Amino acid sequence: MSAYLEIRNLSAVVRGTGERLLRGVSIALEAGHVTGLVGESGAGKSMIGKAVLGILPTAVEVVEGEILLDGQDLLRMPPDRRRRLIGATAALIPQDPLTALNPSHRVGPQITDRLVDILGWSRADAEARAQALLDEVHIAEPARVMKSYPHELSGGMRQRILIAAAFAAEPRLIVADEPTTALDVTVQKQILRLIAEMQARHGTAMLFVTHDLGVVSKICQDLAVLYAGKVVEQAAMRDFFRAPAHPYSRALLAATPQYTDPTGSLRPVERDVLDTVEAEIAADDREWRNGQAGP
Amino acid sequence: MQFLRAILLRLATTAVTLFGAALIVFVVVRVVPGNPIAMMLPPNATEDDVARLRALYGLDKSIMEQFVIWLGGVVQGDFGTSISLRRPVAELVLGRLPATLELSILALILAVALGGAMALLGTRWRGRRTEAAVDVANGVGMSVPDFLWGLLLILLFGVLWPLFHISGRVSPQLDLPFSTNFYLFESLLRLRFDITADLLAHMFMPSVALALPLAAIIGQLLKQSLKETMGLDYVTLARTKGYGETRVILREALRNAVLPTLTLVGVQFTFLIGGTVIIERLFSYEGLGNMAIDAVINRDLPLIQGIVIVFAALFTAVNLVVDLTYAALNPRLRHA
Repeated sequence: MSAYLEIRNLSAVVRGTGERLLRGVSIALEAGHVTGLVGESGAGKSMIGKAVLGILPTAVEVVEGEILLDGQDLLRMPPDRRRRLIGATAALIPQDPLTALNPSHRVGPQITDRLVDILGWSRADAEARAQALLDEVHIAEPARVMKSYPHELSGGMRQRILIAAAFAAEPRLIVADEPTTALDVTVQKQILRLIAEMQARHGTAMLFVTHDLGVVSKICQDLAVLYAGKVVEQAAMRDFFRAPAHPYSRALLAATPQYTDPTGSLRPVERDVLDTVEAEIAADDREWRNGQAGP
Repeated sequence: MQFLRAILLRLATTAVTLFGAALIVFVVVRVVPGNPIAMMLPPNATEDDVARLRALYGLDKSIMEQFVIWLGGVVQGDFGTSISLRRPVAELVLGRLPATLELSILALILAVALGGAMALLGTRWRGRRTEAAVDVANGVGMSVPDFLWGLLLILLFGVLWPLFHISGRVSPQLDLPFSTNFYLFESLLRLRFDITADLLAHMFMPSVALALPLAAIIGQLLKQSLKETMGLDYVTLARTKGYGETRVILREALRNAVLPTLTLVGVQFTFLIGGTVIIERLFSYEGLGNMAIDAVINRDLPLIQGIVIVFAALFTAVNLVVDLTYAALNPRLRHA
């Protein structure tokens, strides 16, 4: 079975300076599977999700590689077609629920807009669907909530609404961009459980971006560990936690705080591990530059 | 209840503002050199004549006394009598106010339409040549004052291509079947589009001259605000839903970006109303501003006073409208 989403050798640079942000990233995601993208801040994990959805900042330029969605290369598609295809088959669960809803629109239209405007549903059908979805994400009184403005709702509520909106068009792929990071710790767990529950019910493939290995272990089947825009290790969840192959992965796993020993378990990634991975990156860059200059 | 309190508070501050404006102008026009009596009497008038006339207009009393007398009249709706025109100030001012209101509002509409279009174009094609062109146009619009635009327009559309009327409000040969002085408004209501066309041909140049600097400010500020909004999370999320750039700008960004611009437009609109004084003079447009200049030249103290009060009332009204619009557009304020 071929992958539903396949990213091949994707490289991105800062426009103008040429600084590499993604270094030949290859990731395959099977239909209905969840793959975690793990790394430190600035490792490029969010960048991958944005590249797939076509929402990279204008300062970032993809210089090589392919993003195959169901066999079609998104990067070699006319922008209009790509936009519509993404709108119809993919969705984003954003990081910060406080800023991801438009403050001057009511909540309802922000769930139904894609159905009505892009997919051509009738308003009544779309509203019925939105109510059902809000029900699914355990929001009481969906009808009342749909008439509310975002500022009238809590962060947790808003994230539930954004999750409902992401599942509205029954997408086959969802990019979840650190969807629990901006929430209270008490709410984080509920939202994570909700995402897992929705994903399982709808059978949606998901790229789950996070810096939290604990979160990954709960929701993902596979994971890719990123450092400085390079995938240092890609593995099935079970194998990874049993025996991480790369020294950086081992260090990252060791650095995860344990509830049983919160201070003792906080260990920074050691210098020689970082040196190893930096050396790998430098070697990769040399090779890439030669390849760029060559043909 | 809260609403009622807000209104009462608003009315009270308005009254204080108007009182302050009236007091300042009252004192200033009486302190600066030049007096109305000298303008009214022939050169061979005697000291006695001067004294009699001063007493007639109450100018022999102290400024504070005069102010109290004037205020007493105002409370009863009497704004005094114009010295140069010898008619009640209230009647004169209210007769001219519609002309100035129509001109200012037309200018405001033009400025919002033009500035809005510039901002949208510059945002849609940001970072490209279109945005650079918009920036240049806005820069020029802002740095040339309204009266210079007026002169330039006269040169273009009055002299080189005489497409529009350069002076007056309406062609004198037209028979006006109107019951108010809101000619433009009434001509539309009565479906007399021939008169509407004539009025617009007169108002075109003064309103454009007034509108251009404001259009440039709106264009620049709204574009800035739109560009910032376009980087926000909810706009990015809308992109992933499949919306195109134009739709994202209009649907997601515009309404939120308008809010900061709106406050400034209110302030700038009061400047525009101030600008009518010189623009009306330039185009011999029979409005309040033109009358104000005559009143100052003639040292017509009661008339100056009346005009200033009307302008001050206009400014506070504009601010009120801005606040109400702001609340209407911003759901976060509406519920507060």
